[in-house]
Amino acid sequence: MSNTTAQVAGKPADWVPAGDLQEVKDPEWLFHEAPREQIFITGSEAAREAIRRSNVDIAISYPITPQSETMQQCGYLYDEGFIKEYYRGEEEIGVMSALGGSSRAGVRSLTATSGPGLMRGLEAISSWPGARTPLVLLNMCRVINTPLAIQPDNIEISFLLNTGILHAHAENQQDFFDYSIAAFLVSEEVDVTLPAVVSVDGFFVTHARGNVKLFDEKYKIPPRDGWRSAVPAMDNENPPARISRDAPIQKSNFISYHMHASWQQEVFAAVERSAKYWRRYIGDLVEVVNPDAEEFFVSSGSAVSQAREAVRQEEEKGRKVGLVKVKTTRPWPKNELIAALKNCKRILVPEFNQAGWFHKELCSTMYGNIKADIIGGPRVYGGMTMPTEMLLDWLKETRKAAGEKV
Amino acid sequence: MSQVKRYNVRMAGLGGQGVVTASHIISNAVVISGGHSSLVPFFGSEKRNAPVESYVRISNNEIYEIGEIVYPNVLMIFSAQVITLGKSYTMPFYTGLKQGGEILINNNKPLPFVADEQRELEEKEANIYYLPATEMANEVAGTELATNMAMCGAMAAIFGMPDMKSLEASVQDRFIGKGIVVSGGTAALDSVIEKKFAKKQKLLEANFKTIKASYQYAVDHKWGAQKDSVDGKPVLV
Repeated sequence: MSNTTAQVAGKPADWVPAGDLQEVKDPEWLFHEAPREQIFITGSEAAREAIRRSNVDIAISYPITPQSETMQQCGYLYDEGFIKEYYRGEEEIGVMSALGGSSRAGVRSLTATSGPGLMRGLEAISSWPGARTPLVLLNMCRVINTPLAIQPDNIEISFLLNTGILHAHAENQQDFFDYSIAAFLVSEEVDVTLPAVVSVDGFFVTHARGNVKLFDEKYKIPPRDGWRSAVPAMDNENPPARISRDAPIQKSNFISYHMHASWQQEVFAAVERSAKYWRRYIGDLVEVVNPDAEEFFVSSGSAVSQAREAVRQEEEKGRKVGLVKVKTTRPWPKNELIAALKNCKRILVPEFNQAGWFHKELCSTMYGNIKADIIGGPRVYGGMTMPTEMLLDWLKETRKAAGEKV
Repeated sequence: MSQVKRYNVRMAGLGGQGVVTASHIISNAVVISGGHSSLVPFFGSEKRNAPVESYVRISNNEIYEIGEIVYPNVLMIFSAQVITLGKSYTMPFYTGLKQGGEILINNNKPLPFVADEQRELEEKEANIYYLPATEMANEVAGTELATNMAMCGAMAAIFGMPDMKSLEASVQDRFIGKGIVVSGGTAALDSVIEKKFAKKQKLLEANFKTIKASYQYAVDHKWGAQKDSVDGKPVLV
């Protein structure tokens, strides 16, 4: 609850934070029933609108392209009173560490970063799940390899996959709005209590305009209840020693191996348990287009948009090609993927990175479960786009290689 | 199912010419007129005279694609330097142009292409239009900063879309609307433009006069959609 009586620096004595004027609504109603207005905005603006409606207590920022615009917008939201606390950290390790601290204090916490910033903060970031700190990190993907570049390339997602962090990969501006709000709600469920990252391919979404349907800004989701957590929020009665000193969780060198191992198992079990909550807000964890097709594109993020257009163009030529969009890569929708792809004969996996992390994930899930060829590609990296023509060429070439009519 | 029409527009110019602003205006105008559009600006070094590209997709149906436009139907070249000095991210400037594509170049006379370029453009059956956009901006608005407005007007005339009413609404939205998120460099330029025109209303008027002038120029020259125009009156498609 903001202080609506004491004077805030730079504000008139009777200033009321805009967030205090918003009405708390049931999140399921907001997601599925509240009227929505369509506007034409960038991904950064979609993120701002999501944050405006997310009842955020603290946002800590550190600039890095292409994320800077979003956290700059958070500064305006703070000024208007939609966010209660806001400051710029010294660098990413400081920001990510402070964010873990604010979450432990029981308040709803937010930051955003991009490829190299994520790498710099990764030590602190990967400590979040074990500390059971619910919070949201918006990640606007950017090249991390040298030579230096600022363009999108989502290889950094592969570094998040084994941390125990929840991870959703938004396809477009609309997803970025919906997934970001959902991430707070899922992250704070008592049987989840984990940090959540929502990634989006930088520039292609953050700086690009698209149609986004928003529910009214007079509504917001309920506040975080810091006591409703796997590890309750700290205060003077319940100091941070809770997980850093108290037996038997952690005792410096004397931590039990078994305890540490079982703690990690619990973190990854919590990731799986989060699936039901994601479904509550964003529907099935996969979207399937043309379920009876024999050939499929399977991917996440912006690559899905490109594949969607390729599917449409194939349809114009009278050919049915399927598409499976994976919305969350943690939890990984293993059973849904097997069910959606069990009868197909060929899968192409377009990705915006060189390593093909999505292809590897998919192969490890499908091995022994289906008979289809799983082709790793096409891939683009260094931040370049993937033209639909490239997807269609790959489709043609794989058909040719299989001796089929093209 | 009605046929999906699609224009993929790639804009190239120099930092400070308002390439990204032009893409915002055209894209937003298409949305205002009831069509579908998306846009992606390409940022490199964000400074004056550095190469800038921006990409606008226009369609009568939902647009799925995202990212830069590799295979455009339309090229808008805001400065001849993009071509003659190779100041473009996409080299040569017509790379990927679809067969029979349209090219609008800001220059007061045709550019001499080298033999290979000339041959390739002929093979692609490219329609090239030369618009003296900077001269027109200086003449009508009193500043070359309105070059991008001239480019928008001619583009609208060549395609018969977006219509002038939507274009006007979009220009208003850009300069006095709720506020489009712009980068620091663009915000600084905006403030230079605003100082030049004491009031925003004057800025709008100057911009829109430039758009109308270039639109009329394209109509008078029977470019694109205006090929079938009667007595200089546009036949919108």
